[in-house]
Amino acid sequence: MDGNSAIAEAAIRAGLRCYFGYPITPQNELTEYMALHLGRRKGCTFLQAESEVAAINMVYGASLVGARAMTSSSSPGISLKQEGISYLAACELPAVIVNMQRGGPGLGSISAAQSDYFQATRGGGHGDYRTIVLGPCSVQELADMTMRAFDLADKYKIPVMILGDGVLGQMKEPVDFKREAPDVTPTREGALMGARGRASRVVKTFTSNPSELEEINWSLFRRYQLIKKNETTWDTFMTDDARLVVVTYGIAARIAKGAIKNLRAEGLKVGLYRPVTLWPFPDEPLRELSKNVKQFLVFEMNMGQMIEDVQLALAGQGEVSFYGRPGGVIPTPDEVGRVMSRLYYQKGLRS
Amino acid sequence: MKLIYSRPKSLKKAAFHYCPGCGHSVAHRVVCEVIDEMELQDKTIGIPPPGCSVFAYNYFDVDMAESAHGRGAAVATGIKRACPQIIVFTYQGDGDLAGIGTAETIHAANRGENITTIFINNAVYGMTGGQMAPTTLCGMKTTTTPYGRDHVIEGYPLRMSEMLAPLDGVAYIERVAISSPAGIRRMKKAVAKAFQTQIDNRGFSMVEILSPCPTNWKMTPAQSWKWVGEEMTQVFPLGVYKDVMEPKHAD
Amino acid sequence: MLIKMVIAGFGGQGVLSMGLNIAQAAMLEGKNVTYLPAYGAEVRGGTANCTVAISDDEIASPVASSPEFVIAMNQPSAVKFQHHIQSGGLFFLNSSLIEAEIVRGDIEIVRVPANKIADEMGGPRAANMVMLGAFTKKSGVVGLDNVLQALKYTLSSKKKLIDINEKALIRGYELD
Ligand SMILES: Cc1ncc(C[n+]2csc(CCOP(=O)(O)OP(=O)(O)O)c2C)c(N)n1
Ligand code: SF4
Repeated sequence: MDGNSAIAEAAIRAGLRCYFGYPITPQNELTEYMALHLGRRKGCTFLQAESEVAAINMVYGASLVGARAMTSSSSPGISLKQEGISYLAACELPAVIVNMQRGGPGLGSISAAQSDYFQATRGGGHGDYRTIVLGPCSVQELADMTMRAFDLADKYKIPVMILGDGVLGQMKEPVDFKREAPDVTPTREGALMGARGRASRVVKTFTSNPSELEEINWSLFRRYQLIKKNETTWDTFMTDDARLVVVTYGIAARIAKGAIKNLRAEGLKVGLYRPVTLWPFPDEPLRELSKNVKQFLVFEMNMGQMIEDVQLALAGQGEVSFYGRPGGVIPTPDEVGRVMSRLYYQKGLRS
Repeated sequence: MKLIYSRPKSLKKAAFHYCPGCGHSVAHRVVCEVIDEMELQDKTIGIPPPGCSVFAYNYFDVDMAESAHGRGAAVATGIKRACPQIIVFTYQGDGDLAGIGTAETIHAANRGENITTIFINNAVYGMTGGQMAPTTLCGMKTTTTPYGRDHVIEGYPLRMSEMLAPLDGVAYIERVAISSPAGIRRMKKAVAKAFQTQIDNRGFSMVEILSPCPTNWKMTPAQSWKWVGEEMTQVFPLGVYKDVMEPKHAD
Repeated sequence: MLIKMVIAGFGGQGVLSMGLNIAQAAMLEGKNVTYLPAYGAEVRGGTANCTVAISDDEIASPVASSPEFVIAMNQPSAVKFQHHIQSGGLFFLNSSLIEAEIVRGDIEIVRVPANKIADEMGGPRAANMVMLGAFTKKSGVVGLDNVLQALKYTLSSKKKLIDINEKALIRGYELD
């Protein structure tokens, strides 16, 4: 199954009630899968909105009344959704947003890229907020993380972004869905429903009192601390004896892993550190790793974005190099392998 | 205005922050009266906009949720699609509905979203200090048309009711004016009809309310009410623009 | 072992379904598989291609810059992909539609008159299956049984077509 359809199927099985989308390559299969399969389900809605702006605001509406709601797009469309994401974050509403990244800036290209890392992990829209960001690297992970995204969104009342890319969306791989779709989609407790048997409720952020807004911000950030503590996830590969560790995520991590296997066969002690949650960024374990490893290579399909998080995490421990290809160019494992082995020799790690 | 005899149940006991003579206060009260009379208080969600009425949730005693500027129709769509049994209304200014939110409004109407829109047309951006709105009359002075709106530069006032009425998804549209007690009685009928349209599942309904903004028009309340009746109605004629329940009335 | 192949041709020639069949067959053999279609602007103008990677191990990249196998179903694909193929690789050409001179001497060329054979069989649209049969035999990447099995799956919504496609596949396999 292709990655886009796998996300859609996983979302339906996670109890999705409303999907709102707008066509953009390379994520159209997701929207089309929803059109085919979600719209027909009892009580569920598929709607092609008039724009990404409208779509994210429809998600906001559906989330207000407690439905599991979702939208998906690719880079240019995600820029348009930022307004709505900021409102969702501010009003503490769960939602799942998928970004199958393509090359930018501007209209860019439709080829796979990772150039929206900053936008995704820094909140993206206006105001002081974060969204949880997940970085899958296979079709199976797209499916698993979609289910996890809905659970996290509800648990912490926060928008969750799945940060994929064009290749992940388009490629087909076997996938195993770990849940069955529920007969009745869940409704979140405490949602707006009309004031039956209780006082009326208001969901809003606007206030003319700065200290009230400050308190809202504080409470958001207390929640973010909790998320950092509980939900930070990462993955390592052959780091135990590694002298050079490549830090990379998503499709790039997959490419790097292939290169590492080849270099290991030649006796080079290289390993992989892969953030799975991009926000919260797994900084503790990376710091831990830097007790034994002094050379790090950050590899991204952009001009260097996650490298800033790596440098912050390492806080001067160890040396950080960078290799990146922007604009939708997909590097080969051999290419990345050559970069690694050059670095390995240059830094005298052989001996 | 003799209409003010008792506070509707769904109107909270809070003093309005609106300027004296402002149409928002009147519109709020009328919508609340209708909600009471139709017994909708416990099944309604209202969506107020950024604009002078951003604090509408301090007055309406129903579930309310803030929307981004212009996105009311999209938010209402999400709510109604997720929970069709809820009665949803948006409350929007002219900058909100006819400027930044034109696309959301037209498409929700065209899809026949079963929602109700209360559209306050006061010909200016009130909250931000009286700038030109899409509905500003030609020749009218605002802070961004200090020499008067010139159609050569700024185009013409946008007539939303006329524009939306022909769409197949639209079930009911009427334009009313806050200019006299009779106008307010007419408005209440229109609002009730719009909610009934939604209850009957007929599609998109909207009441456009020509509404005085004495502060930004730099008039006294009495002058502004008169101006609505005498000047605004010239450009924005009152009446029923669409009513699928009574086709013969449709214009 | 990691094997990558590119299958290219006109849209409508069934190149994507050839790729899917190979991927599906490899899955039946318990291999790791990725299938990546070219999408969007690349496929405007009527050409289509897809990349299939098959491996015992995890697959690093689903993209192939120098595939071991290329199947070209039409002339533009033959021109475009002959330079991508790995030295020593196998280049399958649909000789019914391709006249291009292949300049490379370091690859093996397999010419299959796929359209001609399919026409003779009375199933002109099954030319892709003739080619798939020939590929299965020559490449040895997947077994014929599994390709036949995969066909049942990929054509599960068009059962009527299974018969002619199977025949074409076997016919291609039996060519020498
Ligand atoms: C994206 C965005 N742009 C601008 C604003 C600032 N803003 C708030 S209200 C408003 C205009 C309100 O005018 P109108 O809709 O006519 O309502 P009124 O205040 O007249 O009732 C503007 C421009 C905003 N909140 N959001
Ligand atoms: S500025 Fe105008 S619209 Fe706003 S409250 Fe005052 S009178 Fe009403």
